[in-house]
Amino acid sequence: MLSTRSLRKLTLIPCLGPGIELGVRAIADGFSPNPIADILNILGWWTLVLLLVTLVCTPLKLVFGWSWPPRLRKMLGLAAFFWGLVHFGFYYAIDQGLDFSVILDDLKSRKFIIVGFASLLLMLPLALTSRSSTIRKMGPERWNRLHLLVYPAAILGVLHFVWRVKSDYREPIIFTLSLFVLLGIRLLYRLRPKAKTAT
Amino acid sequence: MPNRADPRILRQRQLGLEPALSELTSEADYKNRRQLLRTLGKGALIGAGAPVLALSRTAQAAGLPPFKPGPYATKEERTAMDDALSYNNFYELGTSKSDPKDNAHHLKPRPWIVSCGGEIKKGATFDIDKLIGMFPLEERIYRLRCVEAWSMVIPWVGFPLASLLKRLEPTSKAKYVAFETINDSKMLPGMQRSVLDWPYVEGLRIDEAMHPLTMLAVGMYGRVLPNQNGAPVRLVVPWKYGFKSIKSIVKITLQEQQPPTSWNQSAPNEYGFYSNVNPEVDHPRWSQKKERRIGDFLRRTTEKWNGYGKEVASLYGGLDLKKNF
Repeated sequence: MLSTRSLRKLTLIPCLGPGIELGVRAIADGFSPNPIADILNILGWWTLVLLLVTLVCTPLKLVFGWSWPPRLRKMLGLAAFFWGLVHFGFYYAIDQGLDFSVILDDLKSRKFIIVGFASLLLMLPLALTSRSSTIRKMGPERWNRLHLLVYPAAILGVLHFVWRVKSDYREPIIFTLSLFVLLGIRLLYRLRPKAKTAT
Repeated sequence: MPNRADPRILRQRQLGLEPALSELTSEADYKNRRQLLRTLGKGALIGAGAPVLALSRTAQAAGLPPFKPGPYATKEERTAMDDALSYNNFYELGTSKSDPKDNAHHLKPRPWIVSCGGEIKKGATFDIDKLIGMFPLEERIYRLRCVEAWSMVIPWVGFPLASLLKRLEPTSKAKYVAFETINDSKMLPGMQRSVLDWPYVEGLRIDEAMHPLTMLAVGMYGRVLPNQNGAPVRLVVPWKYGFKSIKSIVKITLQEQQPPTSWNQSAPNEYGFYSNVNPEVDHPRWSQKKERRIGDFLRRTTEKWNGYGKEVASLYGGLDLKKNF
């Protein structure tokens, strides 16, 4: 089995996913005539993928008994938050040219933007409390309770995607189903008698 | 004579374009075929069978008949042709913006019939090459504004829809014009999925249809309309959101009732029958106040009626544009 350090190094690759994809596309002329829209979508897609991948860690531990997945969760979670920030920043600064009235309007009336923004906001306290020293200070009980916020963050993130799409629902459906499975596994194990849970 | 391995020719083929015949053959041959096309255009209605169809394919390869600069040419910078040919919404060919170009070869614009019927003197079907030859062609440089808040400036080649409608002699019952796109799920890969109810349909009020701005386009950028842009004939209604400019038309029907339109059927609270470009009426999920002109970095303000207010605002006097979006 690989060491935690090596695993973390490998995990860097998906964490840098958007950067890698954008870089490859830039070199290979892989953008459409509307590159700003492309970039925004790529950033959003990866944010959601990384967020869902953080939710895979616990099911892997529950189902297979592996202890290394949860050790990668911090890196993946921080990456999701980081790219979520970039996605939001890109939307506001580049796509909308820092037009404050647009953002106000969006947050007032566009459902899918409201839930997207909420999802990012929910990730903020999680990012801020990700350091080991903070976990120790807070104590595992308080910390775990705070980090339950990842569930609404993920749900709102998927909803943001579903409500954005015009009519081709294939990808949003895959994301929704994945979310159901990942949350469903946790629920199943919570309902089982303690003895049956893999350690 | 440039040969077919010429990178310029290959690039055009890659974009789904038929290179102008003048680029492939001698001047004499080019002129002869255009003369043939003109003669064909004056011919009888379909019924001639195979020889006509064979000549139609040649006619397509021969490029567009000659055209003159038309009215309503905006002075704004045209969108790069590469962009206009590779960023399209044409769900019959796939739902991504690059699908229509990648799958363009599936669409076969010949043989092609446009059937006209409904509240007119006499139903008529036209072979596409006859239709192309029926009226003098003009180049009109229009803005095209997609409902997704991006836009282009495209030099279309075609003729006013009114010319065709007048020829069809509508009765007094003709209050609307309905259009239908080709409905061939075996030919077109995107039609395997019901992202929309096929066939794609659109419609206009008779006064919108008869308006001098409304045109049937058979070419763009001085060449035959590429498949991904709605070959061989499409509608262009520049003051409305782009989805109303229905592509690859096979049927035109004049009728008394307001016709169904595909996007309205798909999401009636988001896409209305009129769908006039209007920054004051937002799409439920995104703002219509600004748009990205393809090729530009910053967004620009969207103009009411897509900037054609002088020409068309009078059609809607008194209409509540928020209710009738």
